[in-house]
Amino acid sequence: MIEYIIIFLLITGSVIILITAIGLLRLPDTFLRISATSKASTLGFSLFILAAIFFFGDFGISFRMLATILIIFITAPIAANLIGKAAYKSGSKLWDKTKSDDLKDIDIE
Amino acid sequence: MISINDTLFFIVFPSLVISFILILIRIIKGPALADRVIGLDSMGFIAIGFIVCFSIYYNSPVFLDIVTVLAIISFLGTVAFAYYIDKGRKDD
Repeated sequence: MIEYIIIFLLITGSVIILITAIGLLRLPDTFLRISATSKASTLGFSLFILAAIFFFGDFGISFRMLATILIIFITAPIAANLIGKAAYKSGSKLWDKTKSDDLKDIDIE
Repeated sequence: MISINDTLFFIVFPSLVISFILILIRIIKGPALADRVIGLDSMGFIAIGFIVCFSIYYNSPVFLDIVTVLAIISFLGTVAFAYYIDKGRKDD
């Protein structure tokens, strides 16, 4: 029974990672690419680590891997925010069909 | 009847390799430096996935300690590159 849980987690994680890579290649804008890779890759690799937790089933390994999931969930949005702000400040172009640009009137420094 | 090793060998490793190749194309093409940095961050996550899958495949949890360190190192690299992009703009 637990094998099927592990297989389900692995297949779901790999599909999400593949969608992330396709989005990183196909999306038209730097900020949309940042959005795709930061959200989806967090979920995909957390599913991989959950599969490892279910596979080994040891207390110490489970604790360390849950700490790793926590680290990924904290650090990935911070990194995406920082790189997005730096990309906006360095004058990277928005997509043509972008509806709203909240930072347009503000002189960020 | 499908086993875990078959799943890893026939589904997970090929999808990780295809993702790696797609991210590599984005890194080579990328118009701005921020795209390349994002690709590098995603490559770090792909490396994390490879390590987790290898440790399941070979049934040895020793490799799993690398994952924590690699997540932190990838975050630090991205933050350093963001700082560098910002400072490089100001010196122009």
